[in-house]
Amino acid sequence: MNGESLYPRLEPLLAQVQKPIQYVGGELNAQVKAWDDVAVHWALMYPDAYEVGLPNQGLMILYEVLNERPDALAERTYAVWPDLAALMREHGVGQFTVDSHRAVADFDLLGVSFATELGYTNLLEALDLAGVPLHAADRDETHPVVVAGGHAAFNPEPIADFVDCAVLGDGEQVVGDITDVVAAWKEQGRPGGRLELLGRLARVDGVYVPRFYAVSYGPDGAIAAVTRTRDDVPARVGKRTVMDLDEWPYPKTPLVPLAESVHERMSVEIFRGCTRGCRFCQAGMITRPVRERTITGIGSMVDQGLRATGYEEVGLLSLSSADHSEIGQVAKQLADRYEGTNTGLSLPSTRVDAFNVTLANELSRNGRRSGLTFAPEGGSERIRRVINKTVSKDDLVRTVTTAYANGWQQVKLYFMCGLPTETDEDVLEIAELAVEVIRAGREASGRKDIRCTVSIGGFVPKPHTPFQWAGQASAETIDSRLRLLRQVINADRRVGRSIGLRYHDGKPGIVEGLLSRGDRRVGRVIERVWREGGRFDGWSEHFSYERWTAAAAAELEPLGIDLDWYTTRERGQDEVLPWDHLDSGLDKEWLWDDWQEALAEEEVADCRWTPCYDCGVCPTNGTEIQIGPTGRSLLPLTVVGR
Amino acid sequence: MARQPEGPPPPPTVQKLRLRYAKRGPLRFASHRDLARALERALRRARVPMAFSAGFSPHPKISYVGAAPTGAASEAEYVEIGLAERRDPEEVRAALDASLPPGIDVLECVEALGPGSLADRIDAATWRVELPGVAPAELAQAVEAFLAADVVTVEKRTKNGLRDIDARPAVASASAAEEAGCAILHMVVRQVTPAVRPDDVLAALVAVADLRPPSPPRAVREAQGRLDDNGTVADPLGPDRVASTRCQGEPATV
Repeated sequence: MNGESLYPRLEPLLAQVQKPIQYVGGELNAQVKAWDDVAVHWALMYPDAYEVGLPNQGLMILYEVLNERPDALAERTYAVWPDLAALMREHGVGQFTVDSHRAVADFDLLGVSFATELGYTNLLEALDLAGVPLHAADRDETHPVVVAGGHAAFNPEPIADFVDCAVLGDGEQVVGDITDVVAAWKEQGRPGGRLELLGRLARVDGVYVPRFYAVSYGPDGAIAAVTRTRDDVPARVGKRTVMDLDEWPYPKTPLVPLAESVHERMSVEIFRGCTRGCRFCQAGMITRPVRERTITGIGSMVDQGLRATGYEEVGLLSLSSADHSEIGQVAKQLADRYEGTNTGLSLPSTRVDAFNVTLANELSRNGRRSGLTFAPEGGSERIRRVINKTVSKDDLVRTVTTAYANGWQQVKLYFMCGLPTETDEDVLEIAELAVEVIRAGREASGRKDIRCTVSIGGFVPKPHTPFQWAGQASAETIDSRLRLLRQVINADRRVGRSIGLRYHDGKPGIVEGLLSRGDRRVGRVIERVWREGGRFDGWSEHFSYERWTAAAAAELEPLGIDLDWYTTRERGQDEVLPWDHLDSGLDKEWLWDDWQEALAEEEVADCRWTPCYDCGVCPTNGTEIQIGPTGRSLLPLTVVGR
Repeated sequence: MARQPEGPPPPPTVQKLRLRYAKRGPLRFASHRDLARALERALRRARVPMAFSAGFSPHPKISYVGAAPTGAASEAEYVEIGLAERRDPEEVRAALDASLPPGIDVLECVEALGPGSLADRIDAATWRVELPGVAPAELAQAVEAFLAADVVTVEKRTKNGLRDIDARPAVASASAAEEAGCAILHMVVRQVTPAVRPDDVLAALVAVADLRPPSPPRAVREAQGRLDDNGTVADPLGPDRVASTRCQGEPATV
């Protein structure tokens, strides 16, 4: 428990592994604090490879927020690749943080951010490498408290046996509350041991401690009830919501790695939450209400971030960035400010309308116009009504054509396959759309070399969405629809050669589905998969569907359930869902009604500009929509990069 | 046919600076690509007025000279940068050094004034390789056997798979020493094609004397430059320094 550096023992191992730079830390803006100067030590983990985990905004924000506290320190740790993991086991070197190469086992808390459920096996690998017992029940007060966060933590039941707590919602404030609790408990001489500490944590708003809730199952295999086992913990755990984003301008000094990462740019979150109401989108459902950062708040974060990092590109992030109430001014004023500095601005463009092209033109004023992405998500107008992402075919073709006419040579269209009520015809309409887009685009731009990339993801129903009751499409269904689509696109060579089709097979989606809507019994499957070598399940070269199906069969069939029961089975209205005791603020009846409206192909409008439709979030959490316009302007700066 | 950026072309290079920098400590594990990215970002943070190439994706004018391999530390990495406005070399050095992570340290910066390119002034490097756990006498014997050989064939991993190379002719000199009980290999290696790296020389010591270090050796490139007839490596920035003293105060010709 002394926070001693493992680096002298790690260094000889690094000479023998791939991309050793990812394990040495020393990134620009990394922070190292003295172990003995603080009361509370946090290890923050992103359970995937460094190149994926380092740019993660959530982890970067908490790293800064915690390190700003005089009584706490935070260091980062990532999943280590199997080549190093084998050497670490051979030489007895534990899971380490990259900042000071301290043993994860030495820390008071291990916070793990799950953007996707496919990181669960990497959690087990990290715990095992750290020498921390896999099962929360086997840990004592010398072990770190394992805290899960991130979107997947809204149903942490599949990992309930492995984590001590899960945190629902925004992390900025709750990490401070947790730090206070741990600091006080340590200061008092750790009264009551680990159990007392977990009891205190369970009373922190937004913190769920699975061991204080018992799950019983009915004869049909479904959950009979989830009941708390002590009355000083909440019957339902609510989520945390940061209301004023301008008060939390993090990350202020984003980490800049030496190693290559998946996002070679800095990001500024321009708003949080989304009320577009896309029924497949868990992020849009669990992060309500919409809270905007003001134009001036955005401007100062961009300025400070560029100075602190030297990045050449700034991404303006959110769930649907073109929806910011002042996005036109944000884009124009930032483009003005950075004109002539070789600084690129980008907007992950998802909304399909002409305004988005105008914005993209503005942001790329000085740069190249290579690619623009739109996400119609559904192939047919019918299925787009089902998912509540309404855009007409004509509008879509017009928007994309405008992009080509404005000099964009490559347009990427993002779709999903396997949506509820979907038929082969819905998916084949993707081909018609793509063909029409290329024809109209060639005409509008007068060029033959424009390209359209159609990228397709398999739909996975997620908790806390109207589709949480839906039966997931089987891997075979997805694969056969995509095969059909490919045939149709390839049939017309003259247009087909301008269309690229990108998709993955349906198998990983089934495993993601099991982990997304699973209950505590799925933990045994995860553990078996890990014991049989499962790691890095988000990477196709490491993922093994067969390992998962075999483990699911071995662990679930004795309980009278199976993989299909968790994935392709449609749930009834009265079924107790594993996450019902976790409260995203959404009213379950509203979710059910929205599910029924989806089946009836009825749309619902955005509550930012139409009346409230009572999803339940604002009254439950005492929150409200926070949007502009503010009418403010960016002040001129001494410009970066000159 | 192709769309051209609007507006005037980027300003031309008015000053070329040559830098020597070190990669030290844990950052020896950085690859050349990692270092190149870090340097480009640091130039922006340090607000060095870089000259850029024309076109839609303008690149800052930076040319690298023979980077040390991933895993090897170095006290002598060289790079040349083109500036669109004149700056004092020492100020650029200090600003850039402050903008780079600790472990990548900018040691020298001179204006490119002397004759010839940097690449022309570098054809060899001095290496120091620590071999923890190897007996100094054992290393001395292995070095002796290596130097006595005419040809030492080792297998080298290249882009096109494994191939055999002769490690012997590239090694201009080699000697064994001892510091604090640790065996040290000093050598001067010529920069030839295909490259002979410290790892290849260590593989050659396995081939000639079965010298197998129990833990991975640590290599440091101490200097780079032109190998003269006496077997010493000249400072590649020397000619620029000489020219700078000669034409002090006069504007640079580019």
